[in-house]
Amino acid sequence: MLRTLISRTGQTLLVLLAVSAIAFVTFRYVGDPVQLMVREDASFAEKERLREQLGLNQPVYVQYGRFISRVVCGDLGISYRNQRPVRDMLTERLPATLELVFVATVLALGIGIPLGIYSAIRRDGALARLLQLLSLIGMSTPAFVVGILLILVFSVHLKLLPSFGRGETVQVGWWSTGLLTASGWRSIILPAISLALYQLTLIMRLVRSEMIDVLSTDYIRYARARGLPRPYIHFKLALRNALMPAITVTGLQIGSLIAFAIVTETVFQWPGMGLLFIQAVTFVDLSVMAAYLLLVGLIFVIINIVVDILYVMLDPRLRGSAA
Amino acid sequence: MKALASRYLSLKIPVFVLAAGVFAGALTLVAVLAPFIAPYNPTNISSFNLADSEIAPLFLGGDDPRFVLGTDNQGRDLLSAIIYGARISLIIGAGAVLFATLLGMTLGLIAGYFGGWIDAVIMRVADVILSFPTILLALLISGIARALFPAAAEPEWAPIILIGAIGTHDWVQYARTVRASTMVESAKDYVRAVRVIGLPSRQIIFRHIVPNIMASVLVVATVNLATAMLTEATLSFLGVGMPPTYPSLGTLIRIGNEFMFSGIWWIALFPAITLVSLILATNVVGDWLRDRFNPKLRVRL
Repeated sequence: MLRTLISRTGQTLLVLLAVSAIAFVTFRYVGDPVQLMVREDASFAEKERLREQLGLNQPVYVQYGRFISRVVCGDLGISYRNQRPVRDMLTERLPATLELVFVATVLALGIGIPLGIYSAIRRDGALARLLQLLSLIGMSTPAFVVGILLILVFSVHLKLLPSFGRGETVQVGWWSTGLLTASGWRSIILPAISLALYQLTLIMRLVRSEMIDVLSTDYIRYARARGLPRPYIHFKLALRNALMPAITVTGLQIGSLIAFAIVTETVFQWPGMGLLFIQAVTFVDLSVMAAYLLLVGLIFVIINIVVDILYVMLDPRLRGSAA
Repeated sequence: MKALASRYLSLKIPVFVLAAGVFAGALTLVAVLAPFIAPYNPTNISSFNLADSEIAPLFLGGDDPRFVLGTDNQGRDLLSAIIYGARISLIIGAGAVLFATLLGMTLGLIAGYFGGWIDAVIMRVADVILSFPTILLALLISGIARALFPAAAEPEWAPIILIGAIGTHDWVQYARTVRASTMVESAKDYVRAVRVIGLPSRQIIFRHIVPNIMASVLVVATVNLATAMLTEATLSFLGVGMPPTYPSLGTLIRIGNEFMFSGIWWIALFPAITLVSLILATNVVGDWLRDRFNPKLRVRL
């Protein structure tokens, strides 16, 4: 078990290193940082001096090595556009994104799993069929369209909920949270729904199809034939096996939720990392782009490890002998 | 006609799947014939006038009979913009699917047929790409393109970059499917037999394996068309896709989003309805094809 974890972590770290190398090399050769930093009328000698100061005249692998050692020490460079350390900009905005993703995940799981179970058990019921149709519509509607529709109905038309920003935030250490104020909660409702909807339909469909598969296996039919109580069969025997794939997918989806938050944050002007990243893309602020990608990559690695651990906890077959 | 009807009955296509297929087909036809059908050409600056901007649709009390669905902020006829936008969305979606299919099939065939280290390398790369969300990879690619290419020529390189960015993520699905089917096929007796005869690998692959895996590739492609159009729309909405001068449906929604608070909601809403119904119709057809021809292909992610 521990060995699997270590080798998996090693593999993903290698992947992360490869991704950062590709990102570094592309970003290094896209545009000339010196050109961006000097005055317009700087002489050739001045530019060369700056180039030397920044270490840009050294071989790529030396530069990459220094980049990695700086990143490991937590130095992510300086934003070309804002002239501020990228690290500060990201830590300021990290809480906003993580809170949004957290609320969206809770929504997606809390609603998606029960709906999935229901539509598997009452497979041919009218409500289950309606849910199936709704889920197809949910999967076909881009997150930004959902966001716009929500704003149109609840902010512009009904004037019930705010359409942008986080509301009031409270500082807890370095973490600014919007989850402790009423206006913070009011602000997070619409973005969280628009972010959660796609995952919700995905989880619902997945749980449904897994549950249907499990319900048609021999051990469930036998349990039914024995006359065991229905709730026991459904929730104790079947659900456990049906949830396994759902957990893997949810885990991986949390990663893509962080990426998809870019869209939601743009629609709702939510001051998170995604909004920072999309602004960096439009203004070609390469150091911010690279730092964001590395951070998201790191989060992916952590999520993968957590999913692996959860898997082992839920599936007794993987305990002990496996690894 | 009778033959056609009996053929339809023997396929047992549910009515709503047929409706979705007809709808998607009709919309595609309108998009293809856009220059002949659309009242105006939204990409031609001389065909619209700023004085006509933000006119309401006719059924909402708009007073200008020239613009059935009203106009956008630059005075472009919204109906024409939607038709041309759907055209761009479909072209980029189809282009991305084509690119991903070709790349994924080639790599999947190589991996599945030859195996060994080359298989290992291709599949590792596929794993890495799959662990990266489409939207992030596409943003990264278009971000780099933005830095490399001149902004003035954006309408020319934007579609190609979009196709490349979306296809670079999506080929993995084809490669995996093709690899698995290739392995199954090449283990069958008839392939072994032609191998014993001494037929070169190229001929075995193209004459015997490819025809047998095309069905599953086409199913993946249909399902994939919907997600490709969705990604394109998202990128354009974020402002890193098609520029406002050559708007796709996503770009139109982006433009409309800025005017929503002033009560001008139709600029965003009508393109959004078009986009969602197009993707929904494609999804319905794709789902049905998948369940019918290859239930094992249920995409897990």
